[in-house]
Amino acid sequence: MLINSETKVLVQGLGKDGSFKAQKAIEYGTNIVACVHPNKKGQLFENKIPYFETAKEAVKKTGANVGVIYVPAPFAMDAIIEQVDANLELIVCITEGIPVHDMIKVKNYMKDKNSRLIGPNCPGIISPKLKIKIGIIPGNICKDGDVGLVSRSGTLTYEAIAQIGEAGFGQSLCIGIGGDPIHGTSFIDALSYFEQDKNTKSIVLIGEIGGTKEQQAAEYIKTHISKPIVFTIAGTTAPKGKRMGHAGAVISGKMGLASEKIKALKEAGAYHSDDPSKIGDTLKNIF
Amino acid sequence: MNLHEYQARDLLKKYNINFPTGEIGSTPQEIFDISKKFGGEVVAKAQIHSGGRGKAGGVKLCSTPSEAKNFANSILGKKIVTSQTDSEGVIVEKILITNTTIISREIYLSIVIDPDFESPVLIASSEGGTEIEKMAEESPNKITKIAFDPVLGAKPYELRRVISKLEIPKNAIKDFYSLVNNLFKAFIETDSTLIEINPLIIDDNENIVPLDCKINLDDDSYFRQKELFSLRDKNQENPIETRAKDFDLAYVKLDKGNVGCLVNGAGLAMATMDVTTKSGCFPANFLDVGGSTDKEKIKEAFRILVSDENVEYLLINLFAGIARADLIAQGVVEAAEETLFKLPIIVSMRGTNSEEGFEILKRSKLNIHIAKDLGQAANILSEINKANK
Repeated sequence: MLINSETKVLVQGLGKDGSFKAQKAIEYGTNIVACVHPNKKGQLFENKIPYFETAKEAVKKTGANVGVIYVPAPFAMDAIIEQVDANLELIVCITEGIPVHDMIKVKNYMKDKNSRLIGPNCPGIISPKLKIKIGIIPGNICKDGDVGLVSRSGTLTYEAIAQIGEAGFGQSLCIGIGGDPIHGTSFIDALSYFEQDKNTKSIVLIGEIGGTKEQQAAEYIKTHISKPIVFTIAGTTAPKGKRMGHAGAVISGKMGLASEKIKALKEAGAYHSDDPSKIGDTLKNIF
Repeated sequence: MNLHEYQARDLLKKYNINFPTGEIGSTPQEIFDISKKFGGEVVAKAQIHSGGRGKAGGVKLCSTPSEAKNFANSILGKKIVTSQTDSEGVIVEKILITNTTIISREIYLSIVIDPDFESPVLIASSEGGTEIEKMAEESPNKITKIAFDPVLGAKPYELRRVISKLEIPKNAIKDFYSLVNNLFKAFIETDSTLIEINPLIIDDNENIVPLDCKINLDDDSYFRQKELFSLRDKNQENPIETRAKDFDLAYVKLDKGNVGCLVNGAGLAMATMDVTTKSGCFPANFLDVGGSTDKEKIKEAFRILVSDENVEYLLINLFAGIARADLIAQGVVEAAEETLFKLPIIVSMRGTNSEEGFEILKRSKLNIHIAKDLGQAANILSEINKANK
């Protein structure tokens, strides 16, 4: 289980942006129990949620089991490491622009540790059934349902959520895994979760140009996934060698091309929405 | 960010990696003087941010200072188009003059970050001089790849395998170990995403000598690598892309597009380009205005889009989560009025305050077409385009 009714959330990085995002998560129904700030010990966020000096102390006092990070990029690596050391089960890092060398260190540090990381550079996860959101996916566009969504994008994830709703479906869980080349939870982790999840009947996967993660997902789907999958790959018209907004989205070599990813996923039996504005229609057509 | 070859050479010198003696010049007379000082026969290399420069005429072996001067005359201040640049090419403002070397064999060596290994990897091939991508397609068995451990660096037992595959001469093996370890140190300390030595040559005395190098730095490391980022050469970049960067906008110009695209989010921006193409038009650009968008940023984005003469329509596609659609709409209206923009603007807006955003657009005197979603926006675009042709 990634999140459930026992989920208690700790927030790190409550600047102007982070505070706004945390407020929205509370409004949606998320049980935020602790905030971490080195200089705000003893104060309250929104007049009710206590600040702690360290994540470890926050976990000890509140029993928080999930962490979310809005900390600016230069300090994000330290925040992830701090939450790993505090033994949080799930860490969701929203921060964009973390140096890739920092993520190499983070991933190396996390080997053999108990925490699972989602992100960075991601919108986080949301469960419309449990009314829990860890991150920034707008709650009002989600509907409770049985489609599991996993995506490398931010706003394209929202677009897909809206389309799923308009096609008459809802979401069991949406997971934004983020657009950085080195990240925590992968497509494969998410697919494996959805395959086992009783509330999920079908899966929507949103990929992008760059890297080979979609091909790896395709290999995994062949042998491990029995539920129907609809997918789209953004960037069929993107030029080679140009970074399209974020660090992961750059075609360097043949494998990074959208066409290669589409081919691999189709061969694995997934249904292709060749037009990213028709994800919902494609889903409707297979049922 | 890319470094020039001469900047990369200077940087690697600090890590005990030495290239043949060289000096940089920016006028034909300087090139003449440097060549004369070097004893006549030299290699002259145009300094540009692109590979494929040799084939495009950017590198010349010159046997006299006059020949080097003539080469400088023919190329300085001009643009070179290579297989890796766009059709406009990049300007040559500096030439690197180096001593010549006797080459008996060329090797390819680079360090990149491999997302599958989640670490830096060393890529080596016994066939240097060519592009690694071509090599990967044509003779993948000639490429060796080993991962660096974050603590151990390159493992010697794995490096031995590389050395034997590359057939490094016996008396150069020690130097090869040092070279790899020094490159790795440089790679880590400079926040590089690529350091490429191509070619690394074996000379007539069986020494290894790096001849050419390329360094790409991680843009996201700017906050801690300010000194390196001061080496940025804006003249090598597309001027509109540079202007966008200054406003923290991610913009990429595309060749021959007629639809200017203004989108929030990179994935959605790419999807918008894809849908535009499906509608029978062509996207003129990739533009991601980012998450927490302010009005001034939107106005600048709008100005950048309409400065492209090929643009016949604008497609605005927003999914406002953190951003507010009404503020973005206000920015669009103000910028359109300021630039006297009269062409059709197709708008799809969803999320936070999108109703208010639509009201602002409707109240304006702009040529606005409102779509309920991206699919409908594409249909409208297709219809207007057909009616126009």
